[in-house]
Amino acid sequence: MASRNQSEEGSSSSREKPARQGSPDWADGLRQFYDSVVDEPLPDSFKDLLDKLDEGQENSTTHNSNADDGSSYLAGKA
Amino acid sequence: MVDPEPPKRTTAQAADFKRELTEVIPHLRAFARGLCGRPDMADDLVQEALLKAWAAQERFEPGTSMRAWTFVILRNAYLTDMRRNRFRGEYDEGVAERILVAPAGQEEPLHLSDMHRALLTLPPERREALLLVGAGGFSYEEAAQICDCAVGTIKSRVGRARATLNAMLAEGNIPDRSSDDPIAHTAILEELESVAGPRTSD
Repeated sequence: MASRNQSEEGSSSSREKPARQGSPDWADGLRQFYDSVVDEPLPDSFKDLLDKLDEGQENSTTHNSNADDGSSYLAGKA
Repeated sequence: MVDPEPPKRTTAQAADFKRELTEVIPHLRAFARGLCGRPDMADDLVQEALLKAWAAQERFEPGTSMRAWTFVILRNAYLTDMRRNRFRGEYDEGVAERILVAPAGQEEPLHLSDMHRALLTLPPERREALLLVGAGGFSYEEAAQICDCAVGTIKSRVGRARATLNAMLAEGNIPDRSSDDPIAHTAILEELESVAGPRTSD
C-alpha cells in the first residue's frame, strides 16, 4: 500500500518540501506544456476552415446567411 | 480624419478579425488540450469554437482581447459537449476512456506527462482555472471573466488545484492512464457527474 519509490530516481532525497514554494517543478511543466502546444506547427485544416468561412461570407453578402454557413458546416461534419 | 463611426464592420475590421482569430488558434489548441487531454478531440473542439466565433464576430469588440473572447467560446463548447455526451447515454465508460486511454486497437498509450495526467483528474472548474492562470498567463481578473465567476472563486480554485497537484506529484500518487486505475476512474466519473448535474434515473 504505502510503498515508497524514493530510490527509483536515484538520489532524490527531497523529502523536505521544495524550497521554492511558489513554483514547484510541475508548475514549470504546466507552462511548458501550454507553450509547447502553442509552438506546434498549425495543421492546415484550421486556416482552411477560416478561408472557407471567409469565402462563404463574401459570396453571400446579399443574403443574411452568414451564421448558417457555420452551423451547416458543423452539421455536415457531425 | 476619416468617416465617423461606420455602422457596419468595415472590410478592414473584418480582415482584422480574421487575422486576430487566426493568431489565437495555437492558444485555443493549448487550452483545449489541457482541458480534454486528447489532441484529436481538442482540435475538434477548437474547430467548433472557431465556427462559433466566426458566426458571432459582430459581437467581438475590436481592441479587446481576442484570446479571452475565444476562450469563453471554447470553454462553453467544451461544457456543452460534455453534457451532450452524458445525455446521449453513450458516455459512461466511453467518455472516460476517450479522455485518458488510447484509441481502440492502438497498443501505445497516449503519452501524457505525470503533470498532465494529474491535471486531468482535477474537477473541471479547477482544471480550467489552473490552465488559465498557471499556463495561459491570465490574471485572476481575466480568468474570472472568462469563467463568469468572482475573482475570489478563481483564486480559491487555483489554490485548491495547486494543492492537489502538489500532493499528487510529491507523493507520486499519480493516476495511471487507463480507467482500470481507481484514482483516475473515480476522478473522471466525478467530473462527469459534476458537469452533467444530478442523474435522472438509472
